[in-house]
Amino acid sequence: MKTVFEYTKGMEESVSTSYCPGCTHGIAHRLIMEVLEEKGVLKDTIGIAPVGCSIAAPRFMKVDMIEAFHGRAPAVASGVRRVHPDKYIFTYQGDGDLTSIGGNEILHAAERGEKFSTFFINNAIYGMTGGQMAPTTLIGQKATTAPMGRYVEKHGMPLKMSEIIAQCECAVFVERVALDTPAHVRQAKKAVQKAFEVQEKRLGFAFVEFLSTCPSNWGVPPAKAPDWLAENMIPYYPLGNFRCPEEVK
Amino acid sequence: MAEKILMKGNEAFCEAAMRGGARFYFGYPITPQSEIPEYMAAHMDEIGGCFVQAESELGAVNMGIGAAAAGGNVMLSSSSPGIALMQEGMSGLCVCHLPILLVSVSRGGPGIGDIRPSQADYRQATRGGGNGDYHLITFAPTTMQEAVDLIYEGVALADEYRNPVCILCDAMMGQMMEAVELPEHKEPVMGDAAIRAYKPWALTGQGDRAEKNRIHAMPWSPEELQESNLEQKVYYDKAEKNLVRYETRDLEDAEVVFVSYGTPARITTEAMEMLKAEGINTGMIRPISVWPYPYAAFDEIGPKTKVIISVELSLGQMMEDVKLGANGRWPVKLISRTGGVLFSSQDIVDETKEILKGVK
Repeated sequence: MKTVFEYTKGMEESVSTSYCPGCTHGIAHRLIMEVLEEKGVLKDTIGIAPVGCSIAAPRFMKVDMIEAFHGRAPAVASGVRRVHPDKYIFTYQGDGDLTSIGGNEILHAAERGEKFSTFFINNAIYGMTGGQMAPTTLIGQKATTAPMGRYVEKHGMPLKMSEIIAQCECAVFVERVALDTPAHVRQAKKAVQKAFEVQEKRLGFAFVEFLSTCPSNWGVPPAKAPDWLAENMIPYYPLGNFRCPEEVK
Repeated sequence: MAEKILMKGNEAFCEAAMRGGARFYFGYPITPQSEIPEYMAAHMDEIGGCFVQAESELGAVNMGIGAAAAGGNVMLSSSSPGIALMQEGMSGLCVCHLPILLVSVSRGGPGIGDIRPSQADYRQATRGGGNGDYHLITFAPTTMQEAVDLIYEGVALADEYRNPVCILCDAMMGQMMEAVELPEHKEPVMGDAAIRAYKPWALTGQGDRAEKNRIHAMPWSPEELQESNLEQKVYYDKAEKNLVRYETRDLEDAEVVFVSYGTPARITTEAMEMLKAEGINTGMIRPISVWPYPYAAFDEIGPKTKVIISVELSLGQMMEDVKLGANGRWPVKLISRTGGVLFSSQDIVDETKEILKGVK
């Protein structure tokens, strides 16, 4: 019989993820691990997990990993890079972690052109702490700390992180993808491949933003979460590539 | 014997760390320790090491966590408000069981404070400025040579105890020039093979290891966290057994025993000579390790002692440890300045005589 699908060796087979039904963390995990497996570099990889739901990533991903403090993954990865100039290094961070408390760390890792890849999971809300407003929360979106919904006069406008990172000259690869449809997932995998290629060729900093779901905290049934993402997030956070060096086009 | 050379404290600290095997330094400018990042920027590359100017002290300490987790020997430094910003990382290094050498060059506080010498970060260093159950192994040198020797040894001690080692200096020590003898360069732990052999727990990529390595900043359950804390306590117990260091002077016949560390210990030494000339016998306990604290030194105090005086540049932060050491056997008094103000040896003489009037 012909094998048409095999689960990536980059994920622990015996451990179920702790993510909620309908959450796309699992897809993002799998894409990153698949790309590393296809490159044959799982055993040469060091990952840095954030604080948030995916602090559990080191339990599921089958590579050497550390959990960074809230928002500090890019600083931790910068330190790891200095000791291991030849390894594959990535940070995996949510939107509370990366855009709010870790805004400074990510900006300066991009500014320095750090030779690692950051995978940014934007689901427009704090997941692990239970649905508080994030800098990425959309206008009109309800959160436990914005019970009447986010509005401009009080909360300002949601941060478009890919656009901000793309302003840094040494952030040479910046792309926003979504995990709502199979076509978008395939597109996302290509972005992950390019992000690692940029790192491999030491071209600069690579940043991939995944628009992701959080049905539990959005108050949306899991099956409807991809539609909510498509209808609400993509119009404000346009998909596409912001920067890509010639070498990986 | 190596040649003695005249060096500024902050620069001598760098040489000592590099010679002790530290190859990764992450820093941020703050007076009175900015010569440290400057010196590292100029010299780390020359020995195959690495300097990064971080975006903040928070960035620096977290870069340190990354490099230490990856198996590098790391030095960090800062001064009071900067050390305060690093406390997240100090607590983090301890939960992750990671070694690091920290040089803390204290200035006046609280808050932004003043850039002149102070010892008001004693509690920050010895009681833990971050959250949770942990200790920093902390030494407080009083001469440049002692600082150099402790920093040199501290790189290896951090590895041995899987814990940050803090060298607590006041601004005077960072800024002063003094003759030092620099130790020989140790072979650094660099590169995959050396790191895998010497630090099998480090993140190097799984390679040919049977299992992946994980370093947990957040153990998954209270039981796992308790287990992690107890694992670290084994090192703390060992430190309390093996790393208590102090120096005593003239305790036998002392009417007054001073307890002092860092620059104030030098000023106190001069005051002791002046008091002796006036017929007052004094002795001194000089803690070198301030965590673990040399409580046992107080058992060496002779029968003639009437009072113990903590001489320090804070509002009595170390006096709490002095009282624990004295354990009710003698009255404990304080001679202190705060905010970056220094006392002179004459000030100490005058205030000691005043204190003696009250304890006769």
